[in-house]
Amino acid sequence: MMLRLAPALIVTLLVAPILAGLAMAVLPAFGYLPALGGTEFSLAPWRDLFAQPGLARSVTVSFVSGLATTVVSLTVVLLFLASASGSRLDRWIRRMVSPLLSIPHAAAAFGLAFLIAPSGLISRLISPGLTGWERPPDALIVQDPWGLSLMAGLVIKEIPFLLLMSLAALPQLDPERRVAMARSLGYRPTIAWLKVVAPALYPLIRLPVYAVIAYATAVVDVALILGPTLPPTLSVSILAWFNDPDLSRRFMASAGAVLQLGITAAALVVWWCLERGVACLGRRWVARGGRQRGEQPLRLAGKGLILIATLTAFVGIGSLALNSVAGFWRFPDALPQGFTATHWIRALPSLTGPVASTVIIAAASTLIALALTLAALENEQRTGRHPAQGRLLSALGLLYLPLIVPQIAFLFGLVVVMESLGSRPNHGLVIFGHLLFVLPYVFLSLSESYRRLDPRWSQLGRTLGSSPNAVFWRVRLPLLLAPILTACAVGLAVSIGQYLPTQLLGAGRVPTVTTEAVALASGGNRRAIGVWAMVQASLPLVGFIIAVGLPRLLWAKRRGMRGSP
Amino acid sequence: MTHHHLEIDSLRIALDGNVLLELDAHIGPGEILTVMGPSGSGKSTLLAWLAGFLAGDFEASGHAHLDGRDITHLPAEQRGIGLLFQDPLLFPHLSVAGNLRFGMPRATRDKPRQVETALEQIGLAGFGDRDPATLSGGQKARVALMRLLLSRPCAVLLDEPFSKLDTHLRQEMRQLVFTQLRQAGLPSLLVTHDRDDAASAGGKVIELTH
Repeated sequence: MMLRLAPALIVTLLVAPILAGLAMAVLPAFGYLPALGGTEFSLAPWRDLFAQPGLARSVTVSFVSGLATTVVSLTVVLLFLASASGSRLDRWIRRMVSPLLSIPHAAAAFGLAFLIAPSGLISRLISPGLTGWERPPDALIVQDPWGLSLMAGLVIKEIPFLLLMSLAALPQLDPERRVAMARSLGYRPTIAWLKVVAPALYPLIRLPVYAVIAYATAVVDVALILGPTLPPTLSVSILAWFNDPDLSRRFMASAGAVLQLGITAAALVVWWCLERGVACLGRRWVARGGRQRGEQPLRLAGKGLILIATLTAFVGIGSLALNSVAGFWRFPDALPQGFTATHWIRALPSLTGPVASTVIIAAASTLIALALTLAALENEQRTGRHPAQGRLLSALGLLYLPLIVPQIAFLFGLVVVMESLGSRPNHGLVIFGHLLFVLPYVFLSLSESYRRLDPRWSQLGRTLGSSPNAVFWRVRLPLLLAPILTACAVGLAVSIGQYLPTQLLGAGRVPTVTTEAVALASGGNRRAIGVWAMVQASLPLVGFIIAVGLPRLLWAKRRGMRGSP
Repeated sequence: MTHHHLEIDSLRIALDGNVLLELDAHIGPGEILTVMGPSGSGKSTLLAWLAGFLAGDFEASGHAHLDGRDITHLPAEQRGIGLLFQDPLLFPHLSVAGNLRFGMPRATRDKPRQVETALEQIGLAGFGDRDPATLSGGQKARVALMRLLLSRPCAVLLDEPFSKLDTHLRQEMRQLVFTQLRQAGLPSLLVTHDRDDAASAGGKVIELTH
């Protein structure tokens, strides 16, 4: 009975808050919000919004950085898959995908900032030798006005996401056979992959690509750390207006949220047109039948670009760690003069509360998401109904809704709805907010393994006298333990990395490691940032270590359980 | 020994209005009915219907009676019909003994001793704690057969159970399976496309043509 309700429950849980939130952003955007005295519709909020200095610049940076991030990330991922299959680099990158994905956006952004800042690690390594700098140059590299560092920070994080989605989709295309066939017709391997696998792969990763566009156009935490400041990106401006002590600015913030929705939608439309264009040109390129030309440069780019991106992420985290234990560190020195635990010891008392909150919120939202996901997938197995995949308007498409509607566009409205329902900001509300984003990821990461499990296992269980429930507990759950734990680790990582839902639904009164770390961004205390960002980056890693280690420990004596079903 | 018998009454299965298969059959205790036919002739559909796994897209009419009990609409686990697949399908997360115990009825007395006796019967005494992944192909097939018998079914369906075995193992397993099923007095339905299976089973043969 509960099972049959699960799919409907999931859809309601994901769609209702988003619709309610959007509605409560649109109404105030046109002046209607009785709680703040807005009882008549007007265009005043829009007039205020368009009177803001630098608005055009904010909008441009948001729009361009969203599209550019997606183009670069997708290109890097496709070129890598085309050029590196079977190589040592391929295996190494595949192993690095999950830890890379588990690094929260904010920590990766801080890491990049510490790397490329005028007094960052790179500048120190080449100074004064190459540059002659004895003092950090007075250049605006991080938080540059064109959002280049913002895009770089996003690219580092979106590459592993798109790569993981591609790796999950690839097996059903049987890429080895396709490439082998093309090679037997005289195509070089990289060209062969781009011509016979990529066109089939893209439709399968289209929704994740749209999610990247939506995320990159409206991101808040990364933009607070790496994005321009005068003016900031639109999403950051909206947050500032919403948090303004002058409550009447909320009308303008709402108009901004609606504008943000429009920008993301516009970016998606432009992308869709690009898709058509590329498909058209691509078809001609494939049909022309070129087999050799360009192999070498493509191969070099495919391997080189992903290597640079991956190393940047890891060295960035390394420089966070270095900063967190650094003593006195004069400028051109590559390493600090001494190491100290002072920063950690000083941060410890203030760490415990946020760490506990983070863990509680992450565990609760992940467990709820897991229960709902398992119920929906089990219901699907028992009724024998499989939702259509890949189509935008299927149940799967709805799962992507929270990932494609910009957070900032509906979370405000949701706060207003919650306030009017008399609900005070607390952990429960934050958990609910996180669930909106944890649930899709848990579902997406578990559904493939669940659907692919050989149906004969459960048929066998049934003919041996077990009820459907008994089969679920005694057969399906143990056989799927490894993918279930991985899905949990993904859920935990998503929750730990959330900034905006925590900040807004918790009204700033539910501090987590992420909100605290991002709050340090404006202060510029590098040692403290190092400590907090390290804590933020290592929490999700613990989840992944358990997800990999526990099945190995439990199934140490069961060879058939290694390399999960 | 109990006398089980399985009856299939004017079964007719159709998909999108096209009749896939029509069958009437009576299988007595210890008898093995062989159903043969090329792939696509509805053999696996017949098994799915009897075991209770027929997908909703199929329209089936007719009845199945097991020991006089109408099982047509019972859920799979209440039918008392055991199933032997092409692969042994030993649960990889359980030990050999755990696999054998999985299907034993709740009320079974002294399970450990029964498991040990069963293992002795198939020449695998002392293998209870082993990881099924460490057994040879023939050993796995024998454990799968014992797991089926220990679940005390009233009838058995065999889904090309020998097709994936080596030639020498195949003959040995046929012997073992058919002897055990006859001894237990179980009505069995064997689906295969191998004439030797049918000959070895020694019962009636029905050919499905389509």
